[in-house]
Amino acid sequence: MISILNTYEAVETEKVSLWFKAAPVQKFPENGGACVKYKGMQIAVFNFTREGTWYACQNLCPHKMEMVLSRGMIGEDQGEPKVACPLHKNSFSLKTGMHLNGDLNSIATYPVKIENDFVYIGFSE
Amino acid sequence: MKTVIVVGNGMVGYKFCEKFVSKVDQASFKLIVFGEEPRVAYDRVHLSEYFENGDAERLSMAPREWYQENNIELYINERVTDIHRNSKTITTLSEKTFNYDYLVLATGSSPFVPQINGVDKEGVFVYRTIEDLEDTLAYADKIKKTVEKPKAAILGGGLLGLEAAKAVMDMGMEPHVVEFAPKLMPRQLDTRSSKVLQVKLESMGINIHLSKATNQILGNGHVIGMEFGEDDVLNVDMLVISAGIRPRDELGKSCGLKMGTRGGIVVDNKMRTSDPNIFAIGEIALYNQMIYGLVAPGYEMAGVAVDQILGMEETVMAAEIDMSTKLKLIGVDVASFGIPFMPAEKGHSIIFENKTESLYKRINVSHDGKRLLGGILVGDAQDYNMLLQMYLNEMPLPKNPENLILGSRGGQDMSFGSAMDLPDTAVICSCEAVTKGQICCSVKDDGNESVKAISKATKATTGCGGCKPMVDDLVKETLKSLGKVIKESICEHFEYSRQELYDIVKLRKIEDYNSLLDEVGKGHGCEVCKPAVASIFASIYNETANRQATIQDTNDRYLANIQRNGTYSVVPRVAAGEITPKQLLAIGKIAQKYDLYTKITGGQRIDMFGAQLHELPLIWEELIAEGFETGQAYGKSLRTVKSCVGSTWCRYGMDESVTFAIDIENRYKGIRSPHKIKGGVSGCIRECAEARNKDFGFIAVEGGWNVYICGNGGANPQHAQLLAEKVDKITATKYVDRFLMYYIQTAPPLTRTAAWLDKLDGGIDYVKDVVINDCLGIADQLDSEMQYLVDTYKCEWKEAVENPEIRARYTHFVNAEDTDDTIEFVSLREQKMPKAWV
Repeated sequence: MISILNTYEAVETEKVSLWFKAAPVQKFPENGGACVKYKGMQIAVFNFTREGTWYACQNLCPHKMEMVLSRGMIGEDQGEPKVACPLHKNSFSLKTGMHLNGDLNSIATYPVKIENDFVYIGFSE
Repeated sequence: MKTVIVVGNGMVGYKFCEKFVSKVDQASFKLIVFGEEPRVAYDRVHLSEYFENGDAERLSMAPREWYQENNIELYINERVTDIHRNSKTITTLSEKTFNYDYLVLATGSSPFVPQINGVDKEGVFVYRTIEDLEDTLAYADKIKKTVEKPKAAILGGGLLGLEAAKAVMDMGMEPHVVEFAPKLMPRQLDTRSSKVLQVKLESMGINIHLSKATNQILGNGHVIGMEFGEDDVLNVDMLVISAGIRPRDELGKSCGLKMGTRGGIVVDNKMRTSDPNIFAIGEIALYNQMIYGLVAPGYEMAGVAVDQILGMEETVMAAEIDMSTKLKLIGVDVASFGIPFMPAEKGHSIIFENKTESLYKRINVSHDGKRLLGGILVGDAQDYNMLLQMYLNEMPLPKNPENLILGSRGGQDMSFGSAMDLPDTAVICSCEAVTKGQICCSVKDDGNESVKAISKATKATTGCGGCKPMVDDLVKETLKSLGKVIKESICEHFEYSRQELYDIVKLRKIEDYNSLLDEVGKGHGCEVCKPAVASIFASIYNETANRQATIQDTNDRYLANIQRNGTYSVVPRVAAGEITPKQLLAIGKIAQKYDLYTKITGGQRIDMFGAQLHELPLIWEELIAEGFETGQAYGKSLRTVKSCVGSTWCRYGMDESVTFAIDIENRYKGIRSPHKIKGGVSGCIRECAEARNKDFGFIAVEGGWNVYICGNGGANPQHAQLLAEKVDKITATKYVDRFLMYYIQTAPPLTRTAAWLDKLDGGIDYVKDVVINDCLGIADQLDSEMQYLVDTYKCEWKEAVENPEIRARYTHFVNAEDTDDTIEFVSLREQKMPKAWV
């Protein structure tokens, strides 16, 4: 299980070596998320329409190691965009991956870009 | 530098240290403390709590480090054996010698063990220290292994004795309280109130034996019984003695201090003994020829001794010490204040007694009817604080003083004013001597706006805790007087309560979350306000969770209950638990096909676990084809209406409970509410459907249905309360329609009906007024709003499987047909379960 956790490492935009073409934008609900598969990894992608931004992070909640974050509600805490895990409402910053209402490990976040109505997720390999 | 030695590390000894270090410059005094027990001072008043949690640490007055931090030299497990007044030294059991400038004796008391033949037998204990409790507990455990239904006697029916009876009962033994006097708690209660308390305690399984003088304790080596008269014997397996206290004054005696004839070290109002360098405080101090066995006077004595040593000579002990007490004894309120028993020549008594409810209230009033002199409360001591304050502050009595104990019965005469009417000098917390003025100032000037903050700042409520309700009132009232309103906004994005948002949505006809946030909120929302607002939309427009899916909690978003490994469970509606064999077969077939774990739920239906996201529409398609519809097990909505078989099959049934339950479940199905709602219908008062722990319940009785509301199982079980009696089905339904609608419109988010009623001003009577008497004039509106919800019901799963766009949400990946390969199951009793969490 721990090995699953270790497969997710945060990627900074400037370190992206590969932009993975995930799916067309309309596949992602407004102000909600969906899950993308990339090489055995599960990435949660959020279409934060109210902010006009896109975010991506690991789908795995580090609390009980379940692949569920893409099904969580998104929102904002004092301006910090976040996702709340649907299982126990642990909230993580969508910008930094930090756990906002406790002290779990941070989750890995990934850069997202939109080109020609397609969602791309950035990885560094 | 001067040295102060404190002998005794009990509650009063500790309080001396606390007050001393808070006032003194540490360079000029050195404080040395000796305690004979193996642990630092603990709260003996709440000793029986040790049974409930077994945590001795939790009873500590302060941790060991506290003494260190305050430069107090602490020696525990070290008994002081001699005082040498000439050389101003003391010696300890381990023959260490210490010098003092001032000596403070706070050695407290020991249990009084009467000289009864056989008192030294095995199985005879006292009740005073944690060690006593541990010994008693160990013996009780031993007895329980050899004796079936063991009995234990408690010698002494005073305050501590009854506490000990509770402890003994918690140990699993049958308690027998044996008291010499003809009444319980002879110091606090009169004969009639003792009788009321006795009936109550006996109903709880505590046996009471009054007017019993014990001749001898029977048994060969270990106790087997107590003999009172010749043929009067009580067989017991253990005996706990709680027959009062004796001051631990041997140190004073041996060094020649002036003693009372029956023990105790004589002190003046400065707490000084006959030696001006030696003080005595707490239960060894004989003040006004009395030993005071209560915490509050002990603390006051500690304060006086501190000030005297520091040269503040004007601080002295009050001439009269208030012995008022209030306690919860085995769950029963008992309180007495002022002069509890009063001779007729001093005043009149007003007495109210109701044995069926275990209530006794007595107040003693001066002859001219103007002053309260004292009183006794058993069963309900809610008004104790107010009565005590009226007595202590000599406040004028209302015109009809009986209202003080009976409540105002019609008319304009309010019995109590608010706590704010008390003078500023009124002592609210007598343990810590905190006045009303200090509390209100702390709220106003220092911004301590909660009971917690007040207790940190002033120490009020940290002693016995009895003043908590009054401190709470003072904080709230003071805040109110400052114009501060405690705003119940639902989260940082909306500065409104749920009820306010409900009205806004309805009046402005707002239909989606983003518009509401733009119009009356701020920011981008969160997981608190989104589902709360979704619930409001559902209650007003009856829209299903499918339209605004991303503001729903995950269960509503996918119309299924998310379970441990991120899979879901599926529950079709089985109204009232009535199911045909054909339906059972259909469920069985489908569960088998999709390899689902099945279990009967507490709500009389069948739950199928372990479905993956992409399987949900497939499963539901088949269920719907078999005639099922969604059971909303995932929603904050009506779950089930549980029923017994009623008069159709049951030989006791008074009416058809199944039919009624099916009708009701179908009536309210799909209705979203602040929290889940459960119902029950029982065909007779045997109540097999457990309707009285449901949010609403109907019970058939001779001549109609009784309607109950606001019951709750769960973490805080609560019995439902009677809304109406013997009404017909139509009326019963109408009342529940209105009640549910009113609850839906006014409750805060995620508040069950029981918690809602607890907070509702006026409680059940107010709900009756709204629902039955229509005091708000909204009954018609509630009726039509409910009817709209009933008429516009649709199965949201049918909507989901028939709509390709909604159906498309049920995939794990947006870019692959694959399923989640991290989900693992293991087998369990021929079914499956999620692999355990790491």
